[in-house]
Amino acid sequence: MNDVSSTQTITAAPSVPQPSRVALAWLILPLAVLALAITWLVTANPLRTFDNGAPPVENLTFERTVLSSDGIEILVRAGGSEPMTIAQVLVDDAYWQFAQEPSGPLARGATAWIRLPYPWVLGEAHAFKIITNTGATFEHEIAVAVPTPVSSVSMLSAQALLGVIVGIVPVAIGLMFYPALRGVGRNGMNFLLAMTVGLLAFLMIDAAGEAFDLAGESAAIFQGQAMVALAAAASFLLLIAAGRRGGTPAGLTLATFIALGIGLHNLGEGLAIGAAFAAGAAGLGTFLVLGFTIHNITEGIDIAAPMLKKRPPLWTFPALTLLAGGPAVLGLWIGSLAYAPQWSALALAIGAGAYLARSDGRGAAALLSWPVMAGLAFGVTFMYGTAMLVKV
Amino acid sequence: MMTVGDVDETRNGFDTSKMLTEWETGTVSDLPDGRTQHTFVMEAVDKEIEIAPGVMFPAWTYNGKVPGPALRATEGERRKIVFRNYDSQPHSIHFHGIHSARMDGVPGAGVVNPGEEFVYEFDAKPFGCHFYHCHALPLKRHIHKGLYGLFVVDPDPARHAEHADVARSRLLGTPENAGWQELAMVMNAFDTNFDDENEVYAVNTVAHAYTKRPIRILRDKPVRIYLANAVEFDPINSFHLHGNFFDYFDQGTTLTPTSRTVDLITQCQGQRGILEFSFKDHEPGLYMFHAHQSEFAELGWMSMFEVVEQVA
Repeated sequence: MNDVSSTQTITAAPSVPQPSRVALAWLILPLAVLALAITWLVTANPLRTFDNGAPPVENLTFERTVLSSDGIEILVRAGGSEPMTIAQVLVDDAYWQFAQEPSGPLARGATAWIRLPYPWVLGEAHAFKIITNTGATFEHEIAVAVPTPVSSVSMLSAQALLGVIVGIVPVAIGLMFYPALRGVGRNGMNFLLAMTVGLLAFLMIDAAGEAFDLAGESAAIFQGQAMVALAAAASFLLLIAAGRRGGTPAGLTLATFIALGIGLHNLGEGLAIGAAFAAGAAGLGTFLVLGFTIHNITEGIDIAAPMLKKRPPLWTFPALTLLAGGPAVLGLWIGSLAYAPQWSALALAIGAGAYLARSDGRGAAALLSWPVMAGLAFGVTFMYGTAMLVKV
Repeated sequence: MMTVGDVDETRNGFDTSKMLTEWETGTVSDLPDGRTQHTFVMEAVDKEIEIAPGVMFPAWTYNGKVPGPALRATEGERRKIVFRNYDSQPHSIHFHGIHSARMDGVPGAGVVNPGEEFVYEFDAKPFGCHFYHCHALPLKRHIHKGLYGLFVVDPDPARHAEHADVARSRLLGTPENAGWQELAMVMNAFDTNFDDENEVYAVNTVAHAYTKRPIRILRDKPVRIYLANAVEFDPINSFHLHGNFFDYFDQGTTLTPTSRTVDLITQCQGQRGILEFSFKDHEPGLYMFHAHQSEFAELGWMSMFEVVEQVA
């Protein structure tokens, strides 16, 4: 590091002038021109020639629905080119009484709650249509109407239990393989490490895919696709930079990174599951929960693999388990209470970036050895197979 | 349930409660052959109208109204309609009635380009409850944007000796006719987002207008409704009256009912007819009438009669 920075200083020194007040004064010129341009645009309104009389572009995203004995509440976010006005609300193709809070036109990016005293029916589908003052319509469907969970102690503890089962328990089980894994030879070790690379590659693709899906559901103002890509890249670079301070990450550091990535993945999935519960879109059966658990056991093995050469202190095992599995509980809570698709997309994207950080430069020769190839293939196949249990 | 809020009918320039009883009879002049001629001036103008509280619709209108003015004349009279097009699209008036091909208001015969004028002339016949609309192309759009209205031809009692009393009661201006409460109603709908499906249904344009301001009916006076269906995209519309039954004269071209004692009639696109009923044996109160397509009712085509005792 020192070498690199000193070379840069030597070669760069002659060409870069010393910063002076005179040079800084030149900043005024571009800024003044910018100010002038803005003033001209605002006062002279040269863009009026482009005004073809078309109504403003309007966009409205449904971020959250709450069903209770009082009716239905919907959180909408406006994304129009100008403030837009909600004129009427239809539920199941019927105009319905509603109250908007806050009332009045919705500025770009602003949210409002629409409260409808609608007698919704348990287990049935309901469709919403919002008509703006220009006559444009925006639709949303609740596939299966169920009461939105309210934050009670019993609900939160039930969700915590579910989070423990799908998040913490499988990681703990996976880590319990640790003593057995230490006994394998060099080829076995290569197999295991390659297998975790396969597992993580699957998880990265899975998380990125889910993140992009959710990004598509979020309001346009969040630019979901770019947000996912940038969040993944940022988390990747951050983890690489943090990890490489002490050379290539290995052992406990690497295990911690993997646990962190898995934790973020579980947070994102927890958010999505919690939100699905809240929206009535998911009926999690025992089989589905079991599927998640088996699927996630490999997460524990992923964490264990880098630590096989040197045994870390015992306390690190529960700590890593909590880091990787705990966020599932957190995600379930947040997801069911306050959810919008962009947050879930963000958490999954950060997780995907973390998985990418794990796949560091491994020698091409090692990659082509049989144990490594077999490990990779097994890892990917195992994940794909167990994912079949949970994808609905 | 219902739309929220109220429509600014002053800004719209037409009042849904007055529209029910506003008949346009034109300027009367005598012809050399002794007959009377009624001259109407109709102008096509585009106008943004509020069709449900807060929902604006870029309409094409006759004389700034949707539906257009309810035209009324007597069987056999000469009618002259001076049509000027102030809109940016070609428009016409196609009358349902007996007339020559030249006066049909279709492409090639009376479709008027922007800024131009055309005069439609024909004899008012046959008597009945008729309909007029724009017949420029594309047809669906020109009609659903608001270019339509009622065209009623009253029977001449002198020509219908066997039912002269019935004819007199239908003839506007007679004492017999004054004994009736006559209402002009056009069932219409609006596709606000132009996806060929209607978002708003109504009678006389404004969703739920007569639910929020029920139509007052004097109990002792019989009721006659001139009803037309101007809805596009849906093949059939209907009219259902609560707590009562009515006689129906399909297209209004007969003096005896085509259906007796019914409480529901259907009309396809462009169909129309006359409904006659009485609340004289009923107790006062609110009596609903609406499309029996529940979907239309809940999208705005829901209305009320408020039956009251004769005011002294």
